[in-house]
Amino acid sequence: MEKETGTQQVKAGLAQMLKGGVIMDVVNAEQAKIAEDAGATSVMALERVPSDIRKDGGVARMSSVATIREIMETVTIPVMAKVRIGHFAEAQILQALGVDYIDESEVLTPADESFHVDKFAFDVPFVCGARNLGEALRRIGEGACMIRTKGEAGSGNIVEAVRHMRTVVDDMKRLTTLGPEQLMTACRDLGAPYELVRMVADAGKLPVPNFAAGGIATPADASLMMQLGAEAVFVGSGIFKSTDPAARAKAIVEATTHYMDPDILVRVSEQLGDAMPGIEMGTLEDGQLLQTRGW
Amino acid sequence: MSVRVGALALQGDFDAHLRVMAELGAQTSAIRKPEQLRQIDALVIPGGESTTLIKLMDAYDFWEPLREFTTRGRVFGTCAGLILVASEVINPAQRSLGLLDVTVERNSYGRQRESFESAGQFIDRNSDESKTREIPMVFIRAPRIQRLGEGVRALATHGEDTVMARSDHVLVATFHPELSHDPFVHQYFLSMVDEPL
Repeated sequence: MEKETGTQQVKAGLAQMLKGGVIMDVVNAEQAKIAEDAGATSVMALERVPSDIRKDGGVARMSSVATIREIMETVTIPVMAKVRIGHFAEAQILQALGVDYIDESEVLTPADESFHVDKFAFDVPFVCGARNLGEALRRIGEGACMIRTKGEAGSGNIVEAVRHMRTVVDDMKRLTTLGPEQLMTACRDLGAPYELVRMVADAGKLPVPNFAAGGIATPADASLMMQLGAEAVFVGSGIFKSTDPAARAKAIVEATTHYMDPDILVRVSEQLGDAMPGIEMGTLEDGQLLQTRGW
Repeated sequence: MSVRVGALALQGDFDAHLRVMAELGAQTSAIRKPEQLRQIDALVIPGGESTTLIKLMDAYDFWEPLREFTTRGRVFGTCAGLILVASEVINPAQRSLGLLDVTVERNSYGRQRESFESAGQFIDRNSDESKTREIPMVFIRAPRIQRLGEGVRALATHGEDTVMARSDHVLVATFHPELSHDPFVHQYFLSMVDEPL
């Protein structure tokens, strides 16, 4: 009776179980409990939510071990945590700690400007952000078992997540129309591994689950991303920077399940208090964009 | 007429189950509201997060309709689906449908790091000829069946553990047959639909 841990099947398997659900950013155990009680499928531990990272500046790092451990002891749902792009030592610590999923995230200050983490070296699965198909396939090529749009974290503005999801979906559709002789050129243009390009051309979808993140603040935002092809959603600042986090969290959970049912969306969108304040993209300078971190 | 199989589509990997069922010739549908249960003969409750599924079942009053469905239809619960249909859940205790008399321990093998692939033995002692077969098994933060009640019989084992079991109406597995490329367990469930009630 041989047991194999950390296979791609086992790593992508947990992402399959998270489909149709909401993964919520939390900075402490108390928030994690609120998220679990509202129906989150998983919580993402980080030291500050993206809107605070944006506001306060400084270097954003992996959450403290004590905080992550406390969150793991508080909830029974899977616990994810973020590491800086390329910071494989932070990832080694999270794996040793027993975190269930690692997000190699542009929201934290990058540790390496050239290289991402070799994710095949870990038994714990990784999720990575992407703005287009090439970026998604490069991360999968490094071993990521779940892809999410980058969007623009901490902005409360859905426009970038929409752009990224539409771009990935359009890029995939285009690949399915190509003949075999065109795939290597597509591969060069995308900057992506040939085998993965061929898989997407055959299947019309990514070989791992494709989730949405970055700017989701309302039940309607969650529905929009699901209708555009997301298989689940991440909500960062959108919950705990709103005026009634528990109610909003629950509403976004229901909206993600019933994303095609406008009557339910009406019901869950009532009496939610105020959403987090949003940022118009035009007011952000290039240096303030989180999505351009990583390649 | 082909069997009408639904999957509870509140959260989890329901699409993977429906894909296997469709390949086996079933007529498939995603069940998001209790009234849709009237249109199916058999229901898969998929893997996902049981705590999330409970909240979503509360929001749309799924509890009684699911219990009622089990008196006339067949139910297959995998992983979180097993946790929902069990009569008793531990680690920690939580509400469940009580459709099958088993005690289930959540996250019994540990965290994701301890999730694994393996193979186990299917043995049906009640069938005409005693069938034995190896089946691939993917365990994701899997639960463990700690007690089998009366009228529940083990169908597959992995080491010391019973990983698949059934009563007359309800089939459960602690692993994820929908993630392996072997339709045997889904075929077995479809064969249950043809058994007289």
